[in-house]
Amino acid sequence: MTKIKELNKSTRNNIITLGIILVFYVLCQILIAAGVMSNLMQGLLVPLCYYSILAVSLNLTVGILGELSLGHAGFMCIGAFTGAFFTRCTEDSIPNVFIRYTIAVLIGAIFAALFGGLIGVVVLRLRGDYLAIVTLAFGEIVKNIINALYIGIDEKGFHISLQDASNLKMAEGGDIIVNGAKGITGTSRDTTFTIAILLLILVYVIIVNLINSRSGRAIMAIRDNRIAAESVGIDITRFKLLAFTISAAMAGVAGVLYSHNISSLVATPKNFGYNMSIMILVFVVLGGVGNIRGSIIAAVILTLLPEYLRFLADYRMLIYAIVLIVMMIFNWNPACITWRKNHSFKDILQSVFKNKKEEAKASGKEEA
Amino acid sequence: MSFISYLIKGISLGSVYSMIALGYTMVYGIAKMLNFAHGDVIMVGGYVIFIAMSLSGLNPIVGVLLAIILCMVLGITIERVAYKPLRKASSLAVLITAIGVSYLLQNVALLIFGADTKSFSSVITVPALKLAGGALTISGETLVTIPLCLIIMIALNIFIKKSKTGRSMIAVSEDKDASVLMGINVNKTIAITFAIGSALAAVASALLFSSYPSLTSTSGAMPGIKAFVAAVFGGIGSIPGAMIGGILLGVIEILSRAYISSQLADAIVFFILILVLLVKPTGILGKIMHEKV
Amino acid sequence: MEMLTVKNLGISFGGLRAVDSFNITIEKGELYGLIGPNGAGKTTAFNLLTGVYKPDTGVITLDGKNITGLSTIEINKAGIARTFQNIRLFRALSVLDNVKIGLHNDYKYSTLAGILRLPSYRRIEKQMNEKAMDILKVFDLDKEAHLLSANLPYGKQRKLEIARALATNPKLLLLDEPAAGMNPSETDELMKTITLIRKKYDVTILLIEHDMKLVAGICEKIFVLNFGTELANGLPGDVLNNPEVVKAYLGE
Repeated sequence: MTKIKELNKSTRNNIITLGIILVFYVLCQILIAAGVMSNLMQGLLVPLCYYSILAVSLNLTVGILGELSLGHAGFMCIGAFTGAFFTRCTEDSIPNVFIRYTIAVLIGAIFAALFGGLIGVVVLRLRGDYLAIVTLAFGEIVKNIINALYIGIDEKGFHISLQDASNLKMAEGGDIIVNGAKGITGTSRDTTFTIAILLLILVYVIIVNLINSRSGRAIMAIRDNRIAAESVGIDITRFKLLAFTISAAMAGVAGVLYSHNISSLVATPKNFGYNMSIMILVFVVLGGVGNIRGSIIAAVILTLLPEYLRFLADYRMLIYAIVLIVMMIFNWNPACITWRKNHSFKDILQSVFKNKKEEAKASGKEEA
Repeated sequence: MSFISYLIKGISLGSVYSMIALGYTMVYGIAKMLNFAHGDVIMVGGYVIFIAMSLSGLNPIVGVLLAIILCMVLGITIERVAYKPLRKASSLAVLITAIGVSYLLQNVALLIFGADTKSFSSVITVPALKLAGGALTISGETLVTIPLCLIIMIALNIFIKKSKTGRSMIAVSEDKDASVLMGINVNKTIAITFAIGSALAAVASALLFSSYPSLTSTSGAMPGIKAFVAAVFGGIGSIPGAMIGGILLGVIEILSRAYISSQLADAIVFFILILVLLVKPTGILGKIMHEKV
Repeated sequence: MEMLTVKNLGISFGGLRAVDSFNITIEKGELYGLIGPNGAGKTTAFNLLTGVYKPDTGVITLDGKNITGLSTIEINKAGIARTFQNIRLFRALSVLDNVKIGLHNDYKYSTLAGILRLPSYRRIEKQMNEKAMDILKVFDLDKEAHLLSANLPYGKQRKLEIARALATNPKLLLLDEPAAGMNPSETDELMKTITLIRKKYDVTILLIEHDMKLVAGICEKIFVLNFGTELANGLPGDVLNNPEVVKAYLGE
C-alpha cells in the first residue's frame, strides 16, 4: 500500500510539472492569438525553453550525479553547430522541415553525447574542483576551436581548415558553411515555440524517468557514497559515463533549438563561454540542486527577470549580482537558517490561524 | 633567437600568472573555496593604478602602492561580507557566491568607468635591453617582471615557512578545527590570506597591464581563469605548484601563439591542462588524497 | 565445505606492515568473529577482502574461486558484501531505495526500458519493491521504508546497512562493528537478527566487534588480530581465555 503511494507521489509530481508546462504553453498561445503578448515576450518564449532544457540537463550532472560542471555551454555549442551544419547542408535535399529538424536534433544530441562521454572518461579519476576546472577548460576549447574552424563544400566534397577560409582550397562556386569566427549564417529558422515546448517536455520526461529508474538510483548512490556504491556492486564508471552522456546529449538538444532560432550562429564568450555555463549552474543552484522542476522555474524566472528589469539599465546586472550573493547567504548561512526556522511562513500562518481560533474560542466563551 | 625571445616573453607572462595563481591557491588551501572573484581584483587594481597615474598624475610607484592597499582592503571586505557567512555551506553555494562577487565587481567597475577600453600606460620606465647586436630585444616590462616576481615568491615562501602567521596559515589549511584548539585565530588567518592574495593580484595587475595595456571591466576575467588553470596545473593548494604552473602556462601560451596558431593558443593551453590532469589527477605537485574507508 | 580461505595475506603502508601473513579458513554457514585491540588491522583486513586495498602478498579464495586482486565491484558480484565501521548509507535516498540499490545486480532492466517505462520496467520494479520490503521486514524497518535514510536513528542506520549488504545476495557477509554505538537492548536485538538472517539467507558471516557479549554470545569461532598478525584463532572458550589475548587487551 505504501509502495503505491510512493510511486504515485513521484508520478504526481511529474504530472504537475508537465501540467504547468502545458498550461503555460496554452496561455501563451492564447495571448499571442489575442495579440496582447509583447514582441519582447514572444522573442523570449524559445529561449525560455532551451534555458530550461539546459538547466534540467545540468541538474542531472550536478544534482543527481553530484559532480560540478562548468562546461555545459560547450555541449550546447556542439549541438548548436552540428545541428545547424546539418540543416545548412540539407536545406535543399530534405525539404520536409519536420524530418530535417528531427534529424538535426538527433545529430546535435549524438555529437554532444559523444563529447560528453569523452569528457566523462577524462574526468573519471578527478574529483570535485578538478573536475570543475576540466569541464571549464573543455567548454573554452570547444568555443576556441569552433572560432578557428572553416568548413566548406564544393563538388569534390567537404574541405576543412583550422587556419582561414582561403586555406579551404575550394573550387569555384563552393559554399563556405562554417566560416571561422563568423560561424554559420543562413540556417533556416525552423525552431518554433511549439517545437521548443515539445522538446522541453521530452527532455523533462527522459531525465525524470531516468532518475526514477534502476540506473538513476545507481547514479544517486554514487553521489551519496561512492565507496558504499562500489561495495554493493554498482559499476561507478558506467553510471558516471551514462549521466555525463545523457546530460550532454540534452544540452545538445538545447543547442539545436538555439541555433535554429537565430539567423547567424557564432560562438562568442557570451553565448557559449564559461559565463554561460555559470549562468546555467546558477539556474540549477537557485532552483534547488537535484530538484528538476525547480531548475525549470529558476531558468524561467532568471531569464525573464533581467529582461523586465531593463528599465534599470546599467544597474540590472549589478542587482543580479547582489541578489545572487544575498540569496546564497540567506539560504546557507547558519544564522539565516535559524532565523528562517523561527520565522517560517508556514509557522506564521499557523500561528495567525491558531490565534484566530483561540480568539474565536475566547469570544465563544464570552458569549456563553 | 626568436625562440629565446618568445621563451622569455612566456616566462614573463607566466610569472604574472604565477602571482595571480598564488592568490587562488592560498585561498583554496586555507578556505577550500574557488575564489572566482580573484581575477576581478586584478581589474580593480588596474583601474586604481590607471586613475592614480593618468588622472591624478601620481608617481607609478605610489599608484601601485595605492592599488596594493585598496586591493587588500577589498579582499578582506569580500571575505568578511560574502564568504565568511558561508564557511560551513556547501562548496557549490560558496562558488556561486564567488561568481556573484565577480559579477558585482565587474558591474560596479562598468558603472564607474564606463564600457570604453582604457589605455593603460606602463608603470615601468626601465628601457628595453638589446642583446646579440639587436637580434634579441627584451622589453623593460619583462626585465622588471621576472626578477620582481621571483623576489616576491621567495619572500612569500620564507614568510609562510618562517613567520608565525605563515605557519598558522599552513596549520589552518591542514586542519581548521585542530588549529582552533591550538589557539590559532582562524578568522584572522583567513583574512590575512585574502589580504596577501589580493596584494599579489594588485602587483600582478601593474605588471600585466603594463605589458597588455587595454583595460576594461572584464579585463581581469581571462587572466583570472588562466591563473586558476595554472594553480590547478601545479596542484591546487600547493604554493610551489602555483609558481611552476603559472610559468609553464605562460610559456605554453606564448609559444603556441607564436608557432602553432594564435587563434588556438587558449585551446592548446586548456588541452595541455587536461592532459596533465589525466596523468596526474591532482596536478604536478598536488597531494594525493586517500579517503579513509 | 570452505567458503573463504585466505592464505598469507599482507599489506604495507609505507614502512608499516598493517596486515601480515593473515591466514583464515571459514566454513560455509559459519559465524566467525574477528577481534583485536584498536589499530590491530581488522578493518584493513576487511578492506583487503573486499578489494578496497590490493594485497601485497597472499591469495583469497571465495567458494573455490580465486578473487585476489579483483575490484570491489567484482568481489561484490562474486559474493562478498560488507558494512562499514563509519556508517555509509545513501543518505539522501529513502530506506527502501537503499535496499533497492543493493538489489541492483540481481534485478536488471535496461536504462532505455527505464526511460521509456517499458513493461520490463514495471515488472522488475514491482519485484524489487517486494523483495526489498521482505528484507526490510526482517530488520523491522518496513514501517520506515519511505523515510530518508539519514533521518533514521543510529541503531536503525546500522541495521539498514546490513539489510543493504544482504540485498546483494552475498555468500559471505562482513560486518564491521555492527553493534558500535548501540545500547544493550539494541545489541540484544541485533544478536537475534544476525542469528536469524544467517539461517534465513544461508549466509556465512565474519564480523568485527568490540562488544565481547555479542562476540561470545553468537560467534562460533574467533580470530584475534594484534599488530597485523594472528594472536589466536579457534573456539570462543579457548580464545577468550588465552593469556596472550587477555594481555593484548588489558596490557601486562
